[in-house]
Amino acid sequence: MRHIISLLMENEAGALSRVAGLFSARGYNIESLSVAPTEDPTLSRMTIVTSGSDAVIEQINKQLNKLVDVAALIDLSEGEHLERELMLVKVRAEGDAREELKRMADTFRGRIIDTADHTYTIELTGSCAELDSLLEKIGRELILETVRTGASGIGRGDRILKL
Amino acid sequence: MELTGAEILIRCLQEEQVEYVFGYPGGAVLFIYDALFQQDKVKHVLVRHEQAAVHAADGYARSSDRVGVALVTSGPGVTNAVTGIATAYMDSTPMVVISGQVPTGAIGEDAFQEVDAVGITRPCVKHNFLVKDVKDIAPTIKKAFYLARSGRPGPVLVDIPKDVSNHKTTFEYPASVAIRSYHPVGKGDSGQIRHAAQMLLEAKRPMIYAGGGVVLSDASAQLADLVRLLDFPCTNTLMGLGGFPASDRHFVGMLGMHGTYEANMAMQHCDVLLAVGARFDDRVIGNVEHFAEVPRRIIHIDIDPSSIAKRVKVDLPIVGDVKLVLDELLDVLRGSRQIPSVSDMSAWWKQVDEWRAAGGRMCYRNSSEIIKPQFVIEKLHEITGGEAFITTDVGQHQMWAAQYYKFDQPRHWVTSGGLGTMGFGLPAAMGVQMVNPGATVACVTGEGSIQMNIQELSTCKQFHLPIKIIALNNGYLGMVRQWQEFFHGNRYSETYMDALPDFVKLAEAYGHVGMRIEKPADVEAALKEAFARKDDLVFMDFRTDPTENVYPMVPGGKGLSQIILSEEL
Ligand SMILES: Cc1cc2nc3c(=O)[nH]c(=O)nc-3n(C[C@H](O)[C@H](O)[C@H](O)COP(=O)(O)OP(=O)(O)OC[C@H]3O[C@@H](n4cnc5c(N)ncnc54)[C@H](O)[C@@H]3O)c2cc1C
Ligand SMILES: Cc1ncc(C[n+]2csc(CCOP(=O)(O)OP(=O)(O)O)c2C)c(N)n1
Ligand SMILES: [Mg+2]
Repeated sequence: MRHIISLLMENEAGALSRVAGLFSARGYNIESLSVAPTEDPTLSRMTIVTSGSDAVIEQINKQLNKLVDVAALIDLSEGEHLERELMLVKVRAEGDAREELKRMADTFRGRIIDTADHTYTIELTGSCAELDSLLEKIGRELILETVRTGASGIGRGDRILKL
Repeated sequence: MELTGAEILIRCLQEEQVEYVFGYPGGAVLFIYDALFQQDKVKHVLVRHEQAAVHAADGYARSSDRVGVALVTSGPGVTNAVTGIATAYMDSTPMVVISGQVPTGAIGEDAFQEVDAVGITRPCVKHNFLVKDVKDIAPTIKKAFYLARSGRPGPVLVDIPKDVSNHKTTFEYPASVAIRSYHPVGKGDSGQIRHAAQMLLEAKRPMIYAGGGVVLSDASAQLADLVRLLDFPCTNTLMGLGGFPASDRHFVGMLGMHGTYEANMAMQHCDVLLAVGARFDDRVIGNVEHFAEVPRRIIHIDIDPSSIAKRVKVDLPIVGDVKLVLDELLDVLRGSRQIPSVSDMSAWWKQVDEWRAAGGRMCYRNSSEIIKPQFVIEKLHEITGGEAFITTDVGQHQMWAAQYYKFDQPRHWVTSGGLGTMGFGLPAAMGVQMVNPGATVACVTGEGSIQMNIQELSTCKQFHLPIKIIALNNGYLGMVRQWQEFFHGNRYSETYMDALPDFVKLAEAYGHVGMRIEKPADVEAALKEAFARKDDLVFMDFRTDPTENVYPMVPGGKGLSQIILSEEL
């Protein structure tokens, strides 16, 4: 099963490699990982998307918690949560395709943030599935570049991860 | 007054009451060695190889209640130390390793003797630090000791660049330490503990399985009280030996791959299992599916949540320190009016005793022609009154020491269980002897393993360590040979070592006493003579039966009841 785990850790050199190293050393899946400092610059917030059996997910949670740099952790998929990912996709936009691509971006509520003679760059924020489905709609032939941040997650309502 | 980083480091070690540092100098730690030289509170033990420094610090910690400390230089100093650090990590030894690093300005430039110490050791330390500012030395050392000894203990590495050790600042050792992202547990959940008491009282075929956590938590007294109060059978893992007295009638011996028949059968067939500071290692429960075939309820006490439900499903987890949890569990049980069913317990003990009889205990066929290794250990136990500290290397000799030296006290058995590091025994014995001066310390080893850190005979001479080395010399990398005999059609690929040194002359060359013992009839007298030499290191080269195998044995991947008891079966 797919799980989205959110954690707060010390914003220190090496903290990220402790997490990344843990996943590779123990053979856990890692679909995406995104990290940046929070409003408190001494803390970083990380979102990890992973998958595995219940037993594996339990171990992943425990092993992450065991890292001395990890201050707090929540498995967002265990409750109501929001998940967003940002994608920038550069596409070949020529002739009739230009109109078609614009319509497509609109339907997905994406924005064209750069137009050139032969290309568009579309920005889209949404769930990973929404991003996937825009890419599918556009089709491999037209896509020149894709940049995705990996998911960021947050609990709904009173589900708060804070120190 | 301002002090240099190196001086501050030494002051920190003094504050931590560090008596001995095991180490080896080099360019990146010159300032630290200079500061060591100018004081005499912290003593330094100069080893002959950095791996040995770490093993010695490990033996020092395991045989006492202290944190072991090692000091190495950058680059090769650190890489040599890695095996020792990984060994300590696998067996949860509290330890602080200090390494020198190239100057901060040179980091990342492939400088002379530069390695990414923090990166290389990351997967085998509890935590590590690179200190970039001299002001951080004191708080970092304070944290390092705290992390090493609290919660589930483990090695912590502190990497100090050369320039940082020479910069100056004022020294103040923090009085207390708090790490906001680190909160080791102490007491267990009271509700869970009451629940556990009930489960234990209702058990029909109970079993207590105690591991290294009992020793690390210094909870042997509590464990003994619990076992005797409930009148349950108790087994120890390899790491737990001595955590429960082997001479107690409740003890069914070690369990696992080379454990007793009764321990393995009781483990397999119990209906309630209380696991105490033990981590269901693959050498212990063998095949997980086979283990799960018999339904049983499992209560698991461990300070590290990640040890719980890692390999087997657990019905009742209790996260906490063994000592505190057992204290509370004992209170609940003593306050309860209920006792375990007398008829169920007598039926269960009858079954356990039948297994005991069928397993024939640990038995081997002694010989008057050729020395049997088991016989040497039995005599060793007899002659040292079971009171010696025993360290080992890795192999058959290690298993025979575990099986035949009946440990009644904790922290007297020092062996590399998790990593299985050949070369551990002799340097570990040095640490044991340093922290237990005057005690009898023996290193049970093989002719293969001893050669992995033989250079430490020189350290033993310099520091007058009267260790007794019991080499069970079977001429083979015996444990591997045994697997080749059982599972690889007797093809002894590279397990016979030709051209072994003359260990007697070798011991003498290092300034020690050497003895070669070739006949069973000479074993006892030789041991007596060696142990009577209180001030000498004696290297005893016992020529043992090269064909002897370790029994019982649960073959790798097999279940506990698929145990091979002896050659005949
Ligand atoms: C050649 C060879 C053969 C071997 N054969 C066997 C064998 O037949 N049988 C056997 O048992 N082993 C055997 N081993 C050893 C095996 O590999 C493991 O090292 C050992 O079984 C682990 O012991 P343990 O479960 O007690 O865990 P340890 O490694 O001692 O771990 C201790 C556990 O206790 C917990 N803990 C620590 N401190 C506390 C505390 N204060 N409170 C609560 N919990 C705490 C830790 O979190 C951990 O889970 C063999 C090793 C070798 C090299
Ligand atoms: C550093 C290291 N290398 C290899 C091994 C694999 N190994 C396990 S036991 C063993 C044989 C040990 O031989 P010896 O010390 O003579 O002991 P014996 O089994 O003969 O008693 C080997 C090679 C190991 N455990 N450690
Ligand atoms: Mg051998």
